[in-house]
Amino acid sequence: MSEMASEPLGREERTPVSSSPRRPKNYLNTSYTARSWLLTTDHKRIGILYMIAITFFFAVGGIAATTMRLELLTPYGDLVGAETYNKLFTIHGIIMVWFFLIPSIPTTLGNFLIPLMIGAEDLAFPRLNLASWYVFMVGGFVTMAAVIFGGVDTGWTFYTPYSSVYSNTAVALVIVGIVISGFSSIFTGINFIVTIHKMRAPGMTWFRMPLFVWSHYATSLILVLATPVLALVLVLVGIERVFGVGIFDPSLGGDPLLFQHLFWFYSHPAVYIMILPGMGVTSEIVAAFARRRVFGYTFVAFASLAIAILGFLVWGHHMFVSGQSIYAGMVFSVLSFLVAIPSAVKVFNWTATMYKGDIHFDTPMLYALGFIGLFTVGGLTGLFVASLSFDVHVHDSYFVVAHFHYIMVGSTVLAYLGGIHYWWPKISGRLYSAWWGRFSAILIFAGFNLTFFPQFIVGYLGMPRRYYAYAPEFQVYNVLSSAGASILALGYVLPLVYLLYSLQNGRLAPDNPWEATGLEWQTSSPPPTENFLEPPIVTHDAYERPSATISSSTGGQP
Amino acid sequence: MIHLPGLNQASTAAGQVDLLFLVLLGISSFFVLLVSGLLIYFGVKYRHGSSADRSNPPATNNFLEIGWTVALLVIGLPVFVWAASMYFHDEVPPNNVLVINVLGKQWMWEVVHDNGRREINEIHLPVNYPVKLHMISQDVIHSLWIPDFRVKQDVLPGRYTTLWFEATETGEFPLRCAEYCGTQHSGMTGTVFVMEQADYQAWLENAAQGTSLAAQGEQLFSRLGCAACHKLNEQEDGRGPLLLGLYGRTVLLEDGTTITADADYIRRSIVDPQAQIVAGYEPIMPTFANQVDEQDLLALISYIQSLANEDGANQGK
Ligand code: HEC
Ligand SMILES: [Cu+2]
Ligand SMILES: [Cu+2]
Repeated sequence: MSEMASEPLGREERTPVSSSPRRPKNYLNTSYTARSWLLTTDHKRIGILYMIAITFFFAVGGIAATTMRLELLTPYGDLVGAETYNKLFTIHGIIMVWFFLIPSIPTTLGNFLIPLMIGAEDLAFPRLNLASWYVFMVGGFVTMAAVIFGGVDTGWTFYTPYSSVYSNTAVALVIVGIVISGFSSIFTGINFIVTIHKMRAPGMTWFRMPLFVWSHYATSLILVLATPVLALVLVLVGIERVFGVGIFDPSLGGDPLLFQHLFWFYSHPAVYIMILPGMGVTSEIVAAFARRRVFGYTFVAFASLAIAILGFLVWGHHMFVSGQSIYAGMVFSVLSFLVAIPSAVKVFNWTATMYKGDIHFDTPMLYALGFIGLFTVGGLTGLFVASLSFDVHVHDSYFVVAHFHYIMVGSTVLAYLGGIHYWWPKISGRLYSAWWGRFSAILIFAGFNLTFFPQFIVGYLGMPRRYYAYAPEFQVYNVLSSAGASILALGYVLPLVYLLYSLQNGRLAPDNPWEATGLEWQTSSPPPTENFLEPPIVTHDAYERPSATISSSTGGQP
Repeated sequence: MIHLPGLNQASTAAGQVDLLFLVLLGISSFFVLLVSGLLIYFGVKYRHGSSADRSNPPATNNFLEIGWTVALLVIGLPVFVWAASMYFHDEVPPNNVLVINVLGKQWMWEVVHDNGRREINEIHLPVNYPVKLHMISQDVIHSLWIPDFRVKQDVLPGRYTTLWFEATETGEFPLRCAEYCGTQHSGMTGTVFVMEQADYQAWLENAAQGTSLAAQGEQLFSRLGCAACHKLNEQEDGRGPLLLGLYGRTVLLEDGTTITADADYIRRSIVDPQAQIVAGYEPIMPTFANQVDEQDLLALISYIQSLANEDGANQGK
C-alpha cells in the first residue's frame, strides 16, 4: 500500500484523470438519490450532512461578524444602530458557538473517522446518529426563525435578569432552538462513548487508539455531562420570562448570580468541547507529516482527560468581578492556572514530535502549525485573564474577546480546516490543489492575527466589548481589525471554492496519499459503505511505522 | 513605573496591574518564542529531504514530561499568588474611606453623595484619598469600569457591591459600563473628575439645595410610618426592634443564626422583611418593596446608619 503513497501531492494537477466509473463501489457511489442521503444511517454520509449544515451556519454567523466589523470601522453608529448591532453580535455568538464550533469537528470528522479509526463498521447507534442530525437541524431552524422574527439582543451569554425579564426580543424562541440542538449534542456524545467502548476492532486496545479518538472520548464525556446543565439553565430563563416565576431576577426574589454559575458550569467546559477535538486533529496531522509517532502518546491521551475533568472546576473564572466571594475567586483562579498545564503539555509534545521527523509541509501541516501557534497565544493569554487582579481590568473588554477568539476561532477553525484538508482525499476520493491549499492556509493565519491581535491592545486600553459606538481613540485598532477580517473572510471562502471544484475535477486520490498510519488510510478512498471489506485486526501501536498495521489488505485497488 | 501609551496610571492599583501585565507579557513572549523557535528549527532541520540524523527518535521521555510540568507549576503558581494578593488588596477597602453611592440603571449612572449632592454620569472625588463606591442597580446587571484606574466591579440588582480605589492624579477619566445591559449599553459612559481635596470639599458644599442623605431618610422614615413600630429611644417599647445602634451590630435571627447588620441586611429587612426575622419578634413587618426605590433605600439606610451612634450624628459609612 505504501508504494501508492509515495506519489507526491505537491504538484498542481489540472488534467482530471478519467471519470469515476472505474471506481469500486464506495459509500459515495452506492446511490445518488436524495432519499439515500436523507435516510442514510452510514456515519460517513451523516458526517457529510453535518458538514453541509455547519458550513451554512458558519456562513450565517460569518455574515453577522462581517457586518459588525464594518460598523466598527468608525467610532459612530453609522452603518447599523444599537439595536441591530446588539442583535448581530448575539446571533453571531449563538450560531457560531452552538451551530458551528461545538458540532464542527465531532459531528463531521468525528462522525466520519471514529469508526474507521477503530476498525468498526459504523457507530454503535447508526439511527440515533441520523436522528441527532435531524434534531440539530430542527434546533438550527428554530433558532434561525427567532432571528428572522425580530432577532434576539441578549448576547450569547443570556445574562439575567436582562434576558429573563428586560429584553423584549425573541428570547424564548431562541432558547427553544438551543435546547433542541443540545439534545443532538447529547446523542452524539453517547454514541461516541458507546462506540469507543464497544466497537473497537480486535487488537485495538485503549492505548493503541489514535489520539483523535482519545480527544473525542474526552469531548463526549463533557457533551454528555455538561449539556443537560445548559438545557436546565436556559429552561429556567424561559420559565422566569414566560411565567414570571422568580428565579434569577431579584425583584421577583431570584438571584442573578445563580444564572452565571449554572451558565458557566456548562459554558466553560464547552470551550473544551470546541478545542479538544481540534487537539486530536493536530496530533494526527503532526504525526502524519513528521512521519513520526506522537511524542509522549500516553501523556497526550491523559492530558485530554485531565482537561475534561479540570474543565468542570473553573467556571467561576468568568465571575471575578461579578460579586462572587473573593475566596471563591482565588480557588477558581488557581484551578484555571492548573488547567492550562495539560494544554501546555500537549503543545510541548507536538513540538517534540517534530524532532527527528521527516517533515512535509503540505497544506494540513500548515494548518496544524498555525493551530499550535494560535493555540499557544490563546492559552497564554488565558493565564493573563486567570490572574485575578489583571482580569479585574480586562474582564468584559476586547482583551477577552481576542483571547477566546484565539482559542475558539483561531485554533478550532484552523484544526477543522486542517482536518478537512488532511482527510479530504479519504472523504471525497479526490485531491485538491496543493498550491491553493497552502495559499489559503497562510492567508487565514495572517488574516486571523491581523483581526484579533489589535483587540488585545484596544481591550487593555479600555474598550469594552459589545459597544457599537466607541471612543475615537480606539479607531485605529478597529480599522486594523476590520482589515484583517476582510482577509480572513477571503481565506475562508477560498477552500470552499477549490474543495468543491476538486469534487469534479480533482485527481483521484490514492488510499494513503500522506503515508500516514491509522486504519482509515488502510481502506480505499473513499471507503466502502461497510468501511473495511475484511474486518481489520490491529497488531501495532498508534502511529507505529513502517509496517502495515492491518492483517489483510482491503480495498487498496487504485 | 513603565507607562503604557494611551492609558493613564491614575490610581494606586494601576501601576501594579501594569507591572503584572508586563511580567505576564515577558513570560508569554518567552514561551511563544520557545515554541515557535523550536518548530521553525525542527521544521528546517528535519524537512523532508534534509540529511539530518534521524536515528533512534525517542517515543517518549518521562523525565522530560515531568520536568516541563513541574517547570510550568513553578512559573505559574507565583504569578497566581501575586495576582491573587493584589486582588485581595484591591477588593477589601481600608477603614477610612469616602463612600459615594452609585445607582446603575438603563442607561445611566446616578451618583449620590452623602450630603445629598447628586450627579448623572459624573463622579467627582478627591485625589490621594481612598474612595469606596457603594453601588446597586435598579434593573439589570451593569459593570462600572474606570480603565485609567484598572478597576471594575459589576453592579447588581438587589444587592450592593463595592469598588474602592485611590486616585493618584487629578483630571478627567472615562468611566464605562462593561457588562452588556441592553440597547444603549455603549452609551452608558461618563467621566470621573479627580480633584484636589480642597477643591472637592468646595465642590461638595456647593450643593445649594443640600438635604443630606440621612436627613432624607429621616423624612421617609416618618412618612412611611416606620416609627409606628420602630421607636427611637430605649424607653419606649415598639412592636419592632430598636434601630438605634443597629448598623454594624450582630443580629440574632429567629432561626438561631446570626448576621451582621450591614447595608444589604437593612435593605433586605425593608424590601423582604420575611426573609430574615429577628429573634423574639413577630413577622409582622410589611414589605415596602412597592413604596421605595433604590434612592429611598439608600436614604433610609443612611439614616439608620446615622442612628448607629447613640447621639444620632451622621457618621458616614
Ligand atoms: C408593622 C410594624 C413595622 C413597621 C411599620 C416597620 N417595621 Fe421594621 N420590623 C418590624 C418587626 C416586627 C421587625 C422584626 C422582625 C423582622 O425581622 O421582620 C422589624 C425589623 C426591622 C429591621 C431589622 C432590625 C434588626 O434589629 O435586625 C429593620 C432594619 C427594619 N425593620 C426597618 C424598618 C423600616 C425602615 C421601616 C419603614 C420603612 C419599617 N421597618 C417598618 C416591624 C415593623
Ligand atoms: Cu472559562
Ligand atoms: Cu452596560
